Amino acid sequence: MGVAEYAFYAFAITVVTAGLLVVVSRNPVHSVLWLILAFLSTAGLFVLLAAEFVAMLLIIVYVGAIAVLFLFVVMMLDVDFAGLKAGMAPYVPIAGLIGVVLLMQLGLAYGAWTTAEGAPALRQAVMPDLDEVHNTKALGLLLYDQYFYLFQIAGLILLVAMIGAIVLTLRQREGVKRQDVLAQMSRDPAKAMELKDVKPGQGL
Amino acid sequence: MIFADLSTALPEILLAAYALLALMFGAFGGKDRTAPTLFWATAGLFLILAIWIAASPAETRTAFNGMFVNDAFARFAKVLVLVAAAFVLLMGQSFISRHGFMRFEYPVLIALAVLGMMLMVSASDLIALYMGLELQSLALYVIAAMRRDSLRSTEAGLKYFILGALASGLLLYGASLTYGFAGTTSFAGITEAIGEGDIPLGLLFGLVFLLAGLAFKISAVPFHMWTPDVYEGAPTPVTAFFATAPKVAAMALLARLVHDAFGNVTGDWGQIVAFLAVASMFLGSVAAIGQRDIKRLMAYSSIAHMGYALVGLSAGTAEGVQAMLIYMAIYVTMNIGVFAFILSMSRDGRPVTEIDSLNLYARREPGRGLALMVLMISLAGVPPFLGFWAKYAVLVAAVQAGMVWLAIAAVIASVIGLYYYLRIVYLMYFGQDRAPLDSAMPMLQSGLLMVSAAIMVLGVVNLFGVEGFAALAADSLVR
Repeated sequence: MGVAEYAFYAFAITVVTAGLLVVVSRNPVHSVLWLILAFLSTAGLFVLLAAEFVAMLLIIVYVGAIAVLFLFVVMMLDVDFAGLKAGMAPYVPIAGLIGVVLLMQLGLAYGAWTTAEGAPALRQAVMPDLDEVHNTKALGLLLYDQYFYLFQIAGLILLVAMIGAIVLTLRQREGVKRQDVLAQMSRDPAKAMELKDVKPGQGL
Repeated sequence: MIFADLSTALPEILLAAYALLALMFGAFGGKDRTAPTLFWATAGLFLILAIWIAASPAETRTAFNGMFVNDAFARFAKVLVLVAAAFVLLMGQSFISRHGFMRFEYPVLIALAVLGMMLMVSASDLIALYMGLELQSLALYVIAAMRRDSLRSTEAGLKYFILGALASGLLLYGASLTYGFAGTTSFAGITEAIGEGDIPLGLLFGLVFLLAGLAFKISAVPFHMWTPDVYEGAPTPVTAFFATAPKVAAMALLARLVHDAFGNVTGDWGQIVAFLAVASMFLGSVAAIGQRDIKRLMAYSSIAHMGYALVGLSAGTAEGVQAMLIYMAIYVTMNIGVFAFILSMSRDGRPVTEIDSLNLYARREPGRGLALMVLMISLAGVPPFLGFWAKYAVLVAAVQAGMVWLAIAAVIASVIGLYYYLRIVYLMYFGQDRAPLDSAMPMLQSGLLMVSAAIMVLGVVNLFGVEGFAALAADSLVR
């Protein structure tokens, strides 16, 4: 066994253990921290696969943004996770059944699975030659050239998601005082202030 | 090469650009005050694009590495989607402004949903199929929950979203199994990979999951559970939209998938589609009997109608696809008329949807009562109205393909369905005297009701030539 194999087993065992601990931890903050460990180890697995770009993306996007967002949500929202989990017990048998079915379906991939004759070649055909280009560049070539059309539609879908989130949540309230910087700066002291000469003992 | 690609998809690109501009115009040009302008502009653009696509030269062009195809079939479906969306958008406008949820995002989201439908019917790749479908669905989830102060509307939106996400998951699972077998996501590549032989077990799983995901989108039994609740809960203009354009697009997508990608194994998907058809026809007809709400009734009616359209598709022939397209065109016309009427149902300014409120309606409004009667009888499929010829076309296609049992089942289901359509007619003419509906009806709505009813009668002569276009479209799909 070379270094790569040792590294693989180290990362793989960490991913599985961390994944398990995400589910079983009582404290949701601990869950998020375990999740971050799982992401980091997965990034290590991607490096072993020579997919550095995906590994970096996983760390920047998942660990840097999404996991931190989770952490904020967990801390800010007062969600009773223990209460949520307590209601799970009746569903355990059904969940177990679905798990078994999924496992059997995965087993299909090793047992009865057949592929068409030309399938492996077709799968390779779209990929740029990795001896000539770096894998980051290969991804870019696929995404912005071969799948340009899909990339644009994905942009439109995200736009719809954004419009949807605004339509469904933004409320225009009446009578809210907002800060208007221009109005503030253009105020004239002569008009905005008035000096009163108050005589002692008289008041206004 | 890129210019050839772009010019092939020019109507779609224009619609996308329009949606972005309209969004900017709405956001910076006075928010919801611009909504009426955007309603008319969007509907106008839909109609212009429909005319343009209908008049474009008859040829088959592919673009973007074969992911996008523009053939007669796609053009037929696009014209139908655009025209239906334009009329449904316009007829909902007065309802929306009357009930105070006029938002400028509504026409923009409809434009994006229609764009998704156009991409769907032009998809010739599993990823392109999924992307178009999601663009459409995501916009529809939002407009279902548009009326966020109403509990029913938000519930409808949430229900639609969760079940829709589940269906997308099934579809993706099927797509991944198909890719696992074929090694490519393009429809032509899948056909080539299947070859002429039997279909292996793994691919059969993939096919079943793909069909299940799409069956959800056309609300075919057993994936119909969301339909009545969403139709009832969503605001009526949104329900009218759901019942028309998305159904056409999803049905066309289903036909495109089974014929383009699985054209060699007609028998394998034919029996699945036939099962969906029989289950939808019977459940739609039987479950509609007990309904008290006309929107729920129309939901079950649409489930049954999707069953009849699937009868045409399950034949697996060009005639079957042609019959399916004719069926969808007639179905959409009937639904526009009926929903134009439902939109106008109100009492003291508040919308009502109970069927009981139609008591003796025809005595007070003979013209509209007659038009609604024609539409109901046409929906039931009684000769001589157009709805009968729609059913006739799919039955002939099924019999020609040797599926006599399916045709007999369709006739029996249609007889059961007759009951609830005729109940509405009965109530309108011979019911009891109850609190009447408001008699005011916006001009556009009553116009569409009358025109749609007139088409049901006049179309009997030659179907306005739709048959010929549908035949061209079917030939371009089934080779």
